[in-house]
Amino acid sequence: MTIDAARGTSTPLPDSEGHFGIYGGRFAPEALMAALAELEREFAAAMADPAFTGELNDLLANYAGRPSLLTEAKRFAEHAGGARVLLKREDLNHTGSHKINNVLGQALLARRMGKRRLIAETGAGQHGVATATAAALLGLECTVFMGELDTERQALNVARMRMLGAAVVPVGTGSRTLKDACNEAFRDWVATVDHTHYCVGSTMGPHPFPTMVRDLQRVIGVEARAQVLELTGRLPDAVVACVGGGSNSMGAFHAFVPDEGVGLYGFEAAGDGIETGRHAATITGGSVGVIHGMRTYLLQDAEGQTIESHSISAGLDYPGVGPEHSWLHDSGRAVYAPITDAEAMEAFALLCRTEGVIPAIESAHALAGALKVGRELGPDAVVVVCLSGRGDKDMHTAAEYFGLMPAGEASA
Amino acid sequence: MTVQTAFDKARAEDRAALVGYLPAAFPSREGGIRAVTAMVEAGCDVIEIGLPYSDPMMDGPTIQDAVHHALVGGARVADVFAAVEAVAATGVPALVMTYWNPVDRYGVEAFARDLASAGGSGLITPDLTPEEAGPWVEASDAHDLDRVFLVALSSTDERIDKITRLSRGFVYAASLMGVTGARTAVDTGAPRLVERTRAAIAAQGRDLPVGLGLGVGDGRQAAEVAGFADGVIVGSAFVRRLLDGSTLEEGLADLRELTADLAAGVRSGR
Repeated sequence: MTIDAARGTSTPLPDSEGHFGIYGGRFAPEALMAALAELEREFAAAMADPAFTGELNDLLANYAGRPSLLTEAKRFAEHAGGARVLLKREDLNHTGSHKINNVLGQALLARRMGKRRLIAETGAGQHGVATATAAALLGLECTVFMGELDTERQALNVARMRMLGAAVVPVGTGSRTLKDACNEAFRDWVATVDHTHYCVGSTMGPHPFPTMVRDLQRVIGVEARAQVLELTGRLPDAVVACVGGGSNSMGAFHAFVPDEGVGLYGFEAAGDGIETGRHAATITGGSVGVIHGMRTYLLQDAEGQTIESHSISAGLDYPGVGPEHSWLHDSGRAVYAPITDAEAMEAFALLCRTEGVIPAIESAHALAGALKVGRELGPDAVVVVCLSGRGDKDMHTAAEYFGLMPAGEASA
Repeated sequence: MTVQTAFDKARAEDRAALVGYLPAAFPSREGGIRAVTAMVEAGCDVIEIGLPYSDPMMDGPTIQDAVHHALVGGARVADVFAAVEAVAATGVPALVMTYWNPVDRYGVEAFARDLASAGGSGLITPDLTPEEAGPWVEASDAHDLDRVFLVALSSTDERIDKITRLSRGFVYAASLMGVTGARTAVDTGAPRLVERTRAAIAAQGRDLPVGLGLGVGDGRQAAEVAGFADGVIVGSAFVRRLLDGSTLEEGLADLRELTADLAAGVRSGR
């Protein structure tokens, strides 16, 4: 399955200024407005150019390994009310997650626009690794901004990025996580925009980023839709994904949005529990405001200061969410619900032991959600789960969580 | 006094206006008010009070530090209005410079109402583009407040026209592509940006001053900018004096000294 230049999107949203209903838009410094307008034009031109989509599709197939498999998880499904559970295996992509889909598109676009340097923000490190990978492949310079807290809990990915030739800049301000890495990436970009492309990693930021990233990730749902039709002869009852910034979920959902019978379920990171205030469940526990160039749901206090998010998953530890998700929530087309750290880690262990697949902790939130959705829909249901990434990077966290380190080996 | 009056007064004296920025509640609630008062006494023509925000995406390390300090100290929107009130009481116009979310959260109309009743002149909005500014245009008209939008080196003529049409008080020309923070030299593109902005304003048959900011740190640079702009905007250099002073008194003394240096600069540029 490939990205189809002719039908890059199937819904009329966003409007010409990047709005999904009241969400999205461009809340950006004037210094970036010319670059954002150029990006919007160039992306549209590239996606209409068969030479560009041909090269992208070639890389997706022969470098990233697309199409990704749709694997039936029969033993896992026994815990999901007997519903059929089908895993969309983004974990099998090169670099280990869905992030490569977006990055290959943006890196090719950057090269087409004559930019010689890529910058990126990263939380779990998956987007940073994917960006460093694409930069190496295309001979571009690369700098990745990563919160200091995340460089500690995802040390392996820091090493991977550096091996690939990227500079990794630990960000020590604010909560020292993903939101601060975003701030720092924007600060870099405003000073380097003449030769640098900011390769935003999720369906977030000022227009056109939320739309561009969605269009590059929608291959997930396009493939899954065809695969599930072929396997089961019908459309699924539910498509389930985790939601941080929202790129794997938006990618998984988008092709199914017009299929009214298909329920779309996004699971947010509830950390220690919504009631504790220590969570990253933006739609469930947040309110509408402006962050990182977009209007959307975010975690904020009564005065509009961002509230720091908390999640065991670095990739979901973000106080905002892509604007199209806010719109899908308000319109009722998708349902968003919270999954705690404990629920996610239980599902993490369950998939390991029933299917021999170690998921990313981010994706484990989707798996925990799938258990709930499956039980709710019952044994006749077909549930597609976006397994957005693999868990190699999370072994340290998991080993500590489950007490797998022999005494004396555990480190803080 | 309105911002326009302050610029007119400077123009009558054949000099540029000096616009000074400090975040509210920095280095403390009381210290912040003393600091802006000192800046007024030592020669600032217009004061910008920054609203401390958790995610200052367009600020360099100096202002990030100050804002972090203010927020850790419990800075609130009420402190911004208190600082505005203190400045307005001196007869010098006070603008609030803020990222958009705190205003959005407060409620645009309520913010405009409370700013006006504190004696504030208007808002400088670095991440609010004309495309998203509808509610603010309405509220600022209702409360007779100035709207200072930014133009950048990368702005097209079409955008400069759009931005200046919406602006009131003055237009903020960002002198360089980058975040806030003092630099050693003024970008060579800055005079051209001011010229393009003035041309757009003139083509509209209006008269609106153009202030230049970002990177200006001393009297020599102020004089250079005063040679081609109507106003010289200084932020990080003031903040730096307060961050570096070992006591508040020392910081305030340094602040007065810098203000005097800059005030001499804006008077020697032409």
